[in-house]
Amino acid sequence: MGTTTKAIAGNEVLRQETDKSKSRGFLKRTWPLHIMLLPAVILQFIFVYVPLGGLVIAFQDYKPYDGIFHSKWVGLEHFKFMFDYPDIKQVITNTALIAGLKIICGIIVPFVFALLLNEVNFNPFKRTVQTLVYLPYFISWVFLGGILNDMLASDGIINTVLHNWFGVKESILFLGDGNWFRFVVVLSDVWQQFGYGTIVYLAALAGVNPSLYEAAEVDGATRWKQTWHVTIPSLLPIVIVVGTLALGNILNAGFDQIFNLYNPLVYSKGDIIDTFVYRTGILNGQYSLATAVGIFKSLIGFVLIIVGYKLAQKYADYKIF
Amino acid sequence: MYQKTFGYRVFSVFNYLILALAGLLCIIPIIHILAISFSASAPANAHLVGMWPVDFNTESYTKTMNNPNFLRAFWISIGRTALGASITLAVITLGGYALSKDTTVFKARSRYAWYFVFTMWFSGGIVPLYIVIRNLHMMNTIWALVLPGSVAVFNMILLMNFFRATPKELEEAAFIDGAGHFSILFRVYLPLAMPAIATMSLFTIVGNWNAWFDALLYINDYRNYPLATFLQTIIVQQDFSKLNPDVNELKNISQRTVKAAQIFIGMLPVLVVYPFLQRFFVKGIVLGAVKE
Repeated sequence: MGTTTKAIAGNEVLRQETDKSKSRGFLKRTWPLHIMLLPAVILQFIFVYVPLGGLVIAFQDYKPYDGIFHSKWVGLEHFKFMFDYPDIKQVITNTALIAGLKIICGIIVPFVFALLLNEVNFNPFKRTVQTLVYLPYFISWVFLGGILNDMLASDGIINTVLHNWFGVKESILFLGDGNWFRFVVVLSDVWQQFGYGTIVYLAALAGVNPSLYEAAEVDGATRWKQTWHVTIPSLLPIVIVVGTLALGNILNAGFDQIFNLYNPLVYSKGDIIDTFVYRTGILNGQYSLATAVGIFKSLIGFVLIIVGYKLAQKYADYKIF
Repeated sequence: MYQKTFGYRVFSVFNYLILALAGLLCIIPIIHILAISFSASAPANAHLVGMWPVDFNTESYTKTMNNPNFLRAFWISIGRTALGASITLAVITLGGYALSKDTTVFKARSRYAWYFVFTMWFSGGIVPLYIVIRNLHMMNTIWALVLPGSVAVFNMILLMNFFRATPKELEEAAFIDGAGHFSILFRVYLPLAMPAIATMSLFTIVGNWNAWFDALLYINDYRNYPLATFLQTIIVQQDFSKLNPDVNELKNISQRTVKAAQIFIGMLPVLVVYPFLQRFFVKGIVLGAVKE
């Protein structure tokens, strides 16, 4: 590394020259840094900060023709309307239930899988498994939805296997029956995400102090006891962090996934806030209502994120900055 | 040594089996769809295809590749991905570098940092963004797809952390040699940050290729749809109304084998890019996430 040696040599020079360089203005010459940040600042201003101002339409009777400045002010009417809407309780229940199950399974499955993977000493095998299980995370729900719609159809491969191998007589309507739909949604989400979820645990496993295991070994602890008394307690802080931060997603049940799997048959059990808002708000042109629901969702999410951070800070000594 | 005990050996055998099964489970759906796409349409429609093609043929791919609507959408996706990923990588590299400077050197740093972190937590949601894009006359243009999400703040922070972990001496040496911020970034930092850049490339390329909902909102003409949106419309929603297909085309695109071929081609770029960049991304994520 020529640069490194040059750096070490340069360090001596620098120590003497620090004052001079400051007076030359390099360290204080920050305009190139401002220029570097300029594109990102402008883009975020246009596409995040300006739309934030547009949230005002949640308190208006927004008509595209009148625009933001001439639409009628209606205060909290849309929020009232939202809670009076006959389906809304069911939709919120669906959302929280599906999202809650996803959060719980999304913590447990990757955690257990990481523990199992950690017991593998044969690296090529380990790497192959990792490559395979990370893959679904990178595929769009459009394609996964297309595949699952085919596989889970009444005459699809899953029903064929259940029929031929397990003697299930009637085909199961996985995507046509509300309860099965919820099951499929949670299971397929775990299937898509669990591999990716192991990364953080594997990183933490690599950081466990080996001397703890040696000490346990000397004391005659079996591998099971080592896992129970060394590995799991060492990973608990990171599990708490992941879990508490996931709290903010309690109203995010996965728009991409559900939109690509659901159909009118399962609206009663599978319709979530985001899909509901898309249909009633966007497609039917009730823009103010859609925005009001969005604000409600963000508020709940924000409160839960704050609570999550506080909990993470308290129990796992975690800070984001 | 616990590895030598009988109990642990039994566990090991089961463990390898379970892990192998889990790995297979993650690609079986992809293999199944691939098998259907290479099968003749009669056995496919009779649901006789499992993990291996029946009456191997490539007819469904010929049909797909001769479908001008599919091809157009495919090229739009390629263009969108190239443009979107380039913009994102450029913006977050520049931003990440500037934010990696110490507050003592770059006083405005923390103000900028808050400006960006704020956008990670708060957003106006779909409708206000839609109004902004319409007022900017970006509807039906590729800019409506690539610009709004282009500043990936989280990735920018990961890059910032990566740059921070680079030894300061290198920067100082380059400075002594008369380099400015731009040449320090491009000649010193970037070559060292290749694992992180590869990770970010994977995420932005895959993210752009997979995105479908934005075009559903901002693109009114199906002829400007990227592939994911196009397939979402005709395969998942099974909405052919926008397409106005003739009877022949309708028969073709609703065929099970052709659907499978379209889905597989839709996934293909991700399947191709993924193995090359995968070995970097674990490293990239972990390194970027570690704080000093």
